[in-house]
Amino acid sequence: MENSASSEAFVRFEGVQKSYDGKVLVVKDLNIDVPRGEFLTMLGPSGSGKTTSLMMLAGFETATHGNIYLDGRSINNVAPHKRGIGMVFQNYALFPHMTVAENLAFPLKVRNMGKSEIETRVKRALDMVELGSFGDRRPAQLSGGQQQRVAVARALVFEPDLILMDEPLGALDKNLREQMQYEIKHIHERLGVTVVYVTHDQSEALTMSNRIAVFNDGIIQQLAPPTELYEKPTNSFVAQFIGENNKLSGTLQSTQDGICTVRLPTGELVTALDINTDDIGKESTLSLRPERVFLDPVEGQCDNVFTGKVEEVIYLGDHKRVRMNVCGHDEFIVKVPNSTDNKGLQVGGTAPIGWSSKDCRALDPI
Amino acid sequence: MKKFSKLSSVLALGAAACMSSAIAAESLTVVSWGGAYTKSQREAYSNPFTAKTGIEIVDSDKSGNGLAGLRAQVEAGNVTWDVLDILEGDAILACDEGIAQQLDYEKDLNPGADGTPVMEDFVEGSLSGCYVPTIVYATLFSFNNNAFPGEKPSTIADVFDIKKFPGKRALEKKPDANLEWALAADGVPYDKVYEVLATPEGVERAFAKLNTIKDSIIWWDAGAQPPQLLADGEVAIASAYNGRIFNAQVVENQPFTIIWDGQVYELDGYIIPKGAPNKQAAMDYLRFATDTQRLADQTKYISYGPARKSSAPLVSTHLETGVEMAPHMPTNPENFKTPIKKNAEFWADNGDELRQRFNAWLVQ
Amino acid sequence: MMANTVEAKGQLTPDEQKRLTADMHRSLRRKKIRALLLVAPLLIFILVTFVSPIATMLFRSIDNPQVSEYMPNTTAALARWDADSNELPDEATYAALVTDLKVGRENHTIGKAATRLNYEKSQMRSLLTGTARKAGRLEPPFKEQLIKINDGWGDIDNWRVIKRESSPYTASYYIAAFDMETTPAGEIRMLPEQQRVYLQMLWRTVWMSLLITALTLLLGYPVSYLLASLPMGIANTLMILVLLPFWTSLLVRTSSWIAMLQGQGVINDILVWFGLVSDDNRLSMIYNATGTVITMTHILLPFMILPLYSVMKTIPPSYMRAARSLGATPFTAFVKVYLPQSVPGISAGAILVFILAIGYYITPALVGGQTGQFIGNMIAYHMQSSLNWGLAAALGVVLLALVLGIYALYSRLLGSNNQMSLR
Ligand SMILES: Nc1ncnc2c1ncn2[C@@H]1O[C@H](COP(=O)(O)OP(=O)(O)OP(=O)(O)O)[C@@H](O)[C@H]1O
Ligand SMILES: [Mg+2]
Repeated sequence: MENSASSEAFVRFEGVQKSYDGKVLVVKDLNIDVPRGEFLTMLGPSGSGKTTSLMMLAGFETATHGNIYLDGRSINNVAPHKRGIGMVFQNYALFPHMTVAENLAFPLKVRNMGKSEIETRVKRALDMVELGSFGDRRPAQLSGGQQQRVAVARALVFEPDLILMDEPLGALDKNLREQMQYEIKHIHERLGVTVVYVTHDQSEALTMSNRIAVFNDGIIQQLAPPTELYEKPTNSFVAQFIGENNKLSGTLQSTQDGICTVRLPTGELVTALDINTDDIGKESTLSLRPERVFLDPVEGQCDNVFTGKVEEVIYLGDHKRVRMNVCGHDEFIVKVPNSTDNKGLQVGGTAPIGWSSKDCRALDPI
Repeated sequence: MKKFSKLSSVLALGAAACMSSAIAAESLTVVSWGGAYTKSQREAYSNPFTAKTGIEIVDSDKSGNGLAGLRAQVEAGNVTWDVLDILEGDAILACDEGIAQQLDYEKDLNPGADGTPVMEDFVEGSLSGCYVPTIVYATLFSFNNNAFPGEKPSTIADVFDIKKFPGKRALEKKPDANLEWALAADGVPYDKVYEVLATPEGVERAFAKLNTIKDSIIWWDAGAQPPQLLADGEVAIASAYNGRIFNAQVVENQPFTIIWDGQVYELDGYIIPKGAPNKQAAMDYLRFATDTQRLADQTKYISYGPARKSSAPLVSTHLETGVEMAPHMPTNPENFKTPIKKNAEFWADNGDELRQRFNAWLVQ
Repeated sequence: MMANTVEAKGQLTPDEQKRLTADMHRSLRRKKIRALLLVAPLLIFILVTFVSPIATMLFRSIDNPQVSEYMPNTTAALARWDADSNELPDEATYAALVTDLKVGRENHTIGKAATRLNYEKSQMRSLLTGTARKAGRLEPPFKEQLIKINDGWGDIDNWRVIKRESSPYTASYYIAAFDMETTPAGEIRMLPEQQRVYLQMLWRTVWMSLLITALTLLLGYPVSYLLASLPMGIANTLMILVLLPFWTSLLVRTSSWIAMLQGQGVINDILVWFGLVSDDNRLSMIYNATGTVITMTHILLPFMILPLYSVMKTIPPSYMRAARSLGATPFTAFVKVYLPQSVPGISAGAILVFILAIGYYITPALVGGQTGQFIGNMIAYHMQSSLNWGLAAALGVVLLALVLGIYALYSRLLGSNNQMSLR
């Protein structure tokens, strides 16, 4: 998408800090630029400050320090209802005493829109979320997914330029959640609005976002597109948080031209990309995706080859997950395609495994 | 339902009978008005009685609803009161309704200490069948001296003269006494008050007179209120029971003055409820409590006049303050020049209608 | 896939539909029976302690045994007498009366009949009791002798009253409760203006209760809102302050209001001190309607705050935020979103306070003076002072009917609304 189209950031956090009690900073030095039309996700574990950041953007919390800009304007002193930001709440916050149609008409009514105008817009919004015939129901008479769609429609109906969503799919079951992820993404692509989305479900973040900001402890750990985040995590937290990850701890032995050698506690040497390491002799954690490990590697295919002892095999249809003991580390996971070659994999047996140093990243110690 | 209440009353009576025959009375429930008044009865009657007979006296402060309570108890067949302190008017009703014990006065009471026969010793006409009066008390006006630095009110007419004696008035929230006073203030001779009040024109006249001060009246319900209202300066003049004012004057040193004019005096005394659980002991108590000495003793504690003539010479001083009691007695000749005797019979007959009229007048 | 199931449901045959509704009803009925069993102990308790006293009260308001029971001969004799005849009853009736009076005097029951008749007409009490005292000495024929003893016996109206009240049930108490009277001729008419009490009292009770309800709402709503939006810990502390009045006796609270509001009281002193009112023009805020309203508003305030708070507590703050984010000003958000959702609390609190207020009597008795009395004071008065329990019962029934009527109106107007937001 045309992320880079607007040179000026549409939403901009600049050195934002937040403390509720004057003692602990729950958001520390937040800096993000969100270009117009982007789908940006804030991802992070519970309590990492995602909702707080979103609430500051919406105007329900004030930043203790720093500035937030919307379309180039500082909005620190703009009341929430004047910010023109659509918002979808975690519990949807549909007004229980109004029908679905009245809920949708609410933002239009407060904008003093004409009656017929309101009607057409409400109808259009309902059609967009495929709830055309549900206008007369009350929220309590809708299923969770339907409520969710109404909430999205309500946030969109007054055509805001920016939509905030705080774990909008948290209450839905897996199937419905995936369906809704798809629908929301679709709507975003169709309307071209800017979306700031909060979730702690990484697969949701990976599917939907243009970029993901990984939060931990009030700090953005990494802000990057999904592929980059998965393929090229810049620190151990992100590597561990996004997707499945094998981590091997050791000490940095040497480093040259972006390639380094790490000595494992059991004595083996591993070569890896030097991404985020300290001085020679200091601790480092190696990160390696399970699918990048080869069983019975062909000669020359891998520059790191070891022997693994099979601890457990889990059959998953199209592939097997094999837990092995490698270099004294018995949580080492290898994903093996379900091909006839690998039938002989037995618990207790051993097999040579290997990986390329380009797939292994030396990061900060955990 | 009626059957049920009859059945339960039979059961209750049976149970009561069994109990009273099984054990002799160890305690006696005497119902009175509470406060200083019950205290005076306890000191003068009950404690000596207990010392003499060993029977404990249990005080109950229910006389405020005495007749209603007695009716309810008799109706439910569960009388728990042995002796009831009650006003004369209510006693007449109770006697008529057959819920009070008939008395044979010459037999049941002691003659006067000076030998006066029972029937001549008590206030005239008060021994009406079931009732034994113990005190004469008066409802009267008194004022706070501070409210009137110059000339002070001295008659009922003054009380109704708001121009000459400005300030709020506190009156008891019932027509009794107030209507009598209204007529008295309007010029009706004190001994003709009931005659006039018995006519429709008289009633109109009384309410018309009350109307002239209606906006200045604060109504009270409980005897403790008027001294408080006077002390707080809320009212300038208040009607009150004379014992309460005495207490405020002598014990609390309040600057109150009693207007000994047109005070409405009435009798308070005992009846024995029909079906009292300890009838014999109750009769003993009645005989003991109403003898000449006991009635005289009571004046050591409270300023109500003894209902027996033979007690008058024995009245001495207030125990707590040492004040000579005779001048404070509503029966003292000095105070008794222009009283109005409350006509209990009149109120028993006309009370329903006059109270209805009074309530209506209050609402308007 | 979802659409499929919807369609499948829509395709039920009429037979299947019928079965489905039957099943639904059956499962509902089982639920109802279980619910009934759960409330049974309370139900029995209420029957014994609540319904039966009310039934007694209803009965007492029409029960009229005194004359027929204690003057049986007169009652029988009067049954033959035509009250409209303008002639005194015959000698046989007078003889029956003398028998009744004699028996009644011996058994001390004549007073009961006398008291009863006196409610209807003054002097009836002494007419009966006075004559009864002399009845023992009389020899027939009685008619003239009786009229000589008391000329009341020559007054046809007295006989009419006795005849009227000799039936075992009476509407007299209700007639009195509605400020009406039965004329000797037997028609029912309003009392003269200056004798009417209860209707005015009832009307005053209703409007003052409404005023008190409105004031508690006005004062209680912001407090509840604050409590509901504060963090738990602080809210609980403040809640204790709200509930504090419950810990002090009603009398103490009422008396402290007397100290505050009276002419020489705290508030007046302050006003005089600041020169806002002159010393001899102090405001009268007590012993009148103002006093009743102020004091009762204070006393009943917790009953408004508690239901309001408990409803507001369940309104998530995200609704207000959602409304704000959708472009509503704080005021619009409050009126359009918060207020409607707090309606169940408002109506529960209002009906609670109103019903409590309308039956109140202790506080009005103490601080109400003459203009701040409630109908409850009249009932208490007839229970305790005038001892006219029949009239007290009739007034109680009128009050009960009024409350039920208002409650019916309430559930009509607001009940459906409540259900909506619950659904
Ligand atoms: N109103 C508040 N008062 C005080 N502390 C708060 C408040 N709201 C949040 N916090 C604290 O701030 C921190 C960040 O909270 P926040 O709600 O932003 O987390 P989050 O990332 O949204 O978590 P989750 O995924 O669980 O929703 C937490 O430690 C939380 O306890
Ligand atoms: Mg959150």
